[in-house]
Amino acid sequence: MLDQNPQPFVEIRGLCKWYGDFSALHDINLNVALGEKVVVCGPSGSGKSSLIRCINQLEAHQKGTIIVDGIEVTPDMKNKEKIRREVGMVFQSFNLFPHMTILANLTLGPMRNRGASKSEARELAMHYLNRVHIAEQADKYPAQLSGGQQQRVAIARSLCMKPKIMLFDEPTSALDPEMIAGVLDVMIELAEEGMTMVVVTHEMGFARRVADRVVFMDEGEIIEVAEPEPFFNTPQSERAKLFLSQLLGH
Amino acid sequence: MQGRVAAPTPRSLRQREDTGLDMAVVRRILWQVLQASLVFVGLAYLIWRGAAAMEYNWQWYRVEPFFYRIIDGEIIWGPLVKGLIQTLKLAAIAGVIAITIGFITAFARLSNSIAGRIIAKVYLEAIRNTPLLVQLFLFYFVLAPIFGIDRFWAGVLTLALFEGSFAAEIIRGGIVGVDKGQFEGADAIGLTLVDKYRFIIVPQSLPLILPPLTGLTISLIKHSAIVSVIAVSELTTAGLNLIADTFMAFEVWFLVAGIYLAVTITLSVGVSLFERSLNKSKR
Ligand SMILES: Nc1ncnc2c1ncn2[C@@H]1O[C@H](COP(=O)(O)OP(=O)(O)O)[C@@H](O)[C@H]1O
Ligand SMILES: [Mg+2]
Repeated sequence: MLDQNPQPFVEIRGLCKWYGDFSALHDINLNVALGEKVVVCGPSGSGKSSLIRCINQLEAHQKGTIIVDGIEVTPDMKNKEKIRREVGMVFQSFNLFPHMTILANLTLGPMRNRGASKSEARELAMHYLNRVHIAEQADKYPAQLSGGQQQRVAIARSLCMKPKIMLFDEPTSALDPEMIAGVLDVMIELAEEGMTMVVVTHEMGFARRVADRVVFMDEGEIIEVAEPEPFFNTPQSERAKLFLSQLLGH
Repeated sequence: MQGRVAAPTPRSLRQREDTGLDMAVVRRILWQVLQASLVFVGLAYLIWRGAAAMEYNWQWYRVEPFFYRIIDGEIIWGPLVKGLIQTLKLAAIAGVIAITIGFITAFARLSNSIAGRIIAKVYLEAIRNTPLLVQLFLFYFVLAPIFGIDRFWAGVLTLALFEGSFAAEIIRGGIVGVDKGQFEGADAIGLTLVDKYRFIIVPQSLPLILPPLTGLTISLIKHSAIVSVIAVSELTTAGLNLIADTFMAFEVWFLVAGIYLAVTITLSVGVSLFERSLNKSKR
């Protein structure tokens, strides 16, 4: 498609995924270069989550090839944790560990998977908590934080693993409106520092500002790939036009 | 009231009314308690009348040595106390083994290993669908001689395998009850399978697992009475022996039942107090 970069960091070729007999993804081809920011959008049920969850193998695919950082990821591969520490993931529902303090949420991964000592992990955690602007909450429990703060902790938790790419699955969809800006700001800062990002979101302002490309999906297929301005101003496909008009409609 | 703008009342000024004690509710509860007491008094009267009609010779004055005797200023524990200690020992050992079996079986059932799932399933079905008494006989008369284990351990292992099948389902339920997002969160930061369960899943399933599991352990004390049929020395066996010696069947069975009741209720109350203090300390 629009890939000029000869060495993509993530390479997806002919990807197909079924849930039972239901085809969730069909013949997906997508490359993401190092440092690139890709925004994925499309109607609910179009397969956006399935696509990015295949990249770190939270979901198994049945056909096609996914290569991350030169390693092919397959459903039956050993050591999935090796891929997962290179690929950070932020969920719509945060998925923080409620029985642990914020600090413990952040230090667990580096200590168990990166071999960091307790003090190293602590230092790392405080560094990233500072970056998402909530260092003062380190000793609280997730339930004591607002949704926006929890999502920023979740971002920091992923960053503590020093990933080479970050996947976001509708990170602001579960948030109260006044919380969204704080999370998007953190993501914009991250983008400006050069992080490779694949973001499922319908925040058009974010997409316009950050995205190198917008990928539009419908019914499990990639329908359109374009830079944000042309995509939002003059979408080519009928389905993208319809989707954007519905998105702007309210 | 259109176009109205109100300043919010500060929360500190919004006082909740103190409703105090509702006398009608108190009276109703007292009346219900009285009704229940009447039923129990009636039952006790029937038993007493029945015993009197068969001219049972109550000899409650003779039961003290069943518990202890004092010889030369030293306390010698009687058969009921010794039996109770044996029962607690039996139940404690069987309980620890049962919970271990429960965890292993639960993980085997949840694992990807087909062999593990088959073995777990066969174990569960075999235990569920045969009578405990038959399992005990099988252990004592068949497996014990083959493997050279004594009657105490035959009893312990039978109880452990039996309760372990229930523990397995409790533990599996607790693990399945943890939010799916927690599994994904753990996967996403690259935890290994063991770390995922150790740090994330099991700690969060404990509040779901512990209450029914303590209930199971308490009921283990009651179920342990069954090993008296292979003459393992414990509380029920002690009761049987006492009756053979003294013919005081009524007193002994009332005492034995009372001891079981006292132990299990004490444990239940202790556990619920402990749980409450845990919940309080959790913010
Ligand atoms: N675990 C699952 N089992 C069965 N069907 C699923 C599952 N997850 C998603 N689907 C279906 O797959 C399709 C794509 O889902 P998803 O990738 O979540 O879409 P999106 O994130 O774009 O809303 C939807 O129709 C959804 O109902
Ligand atoms: Mg989704």
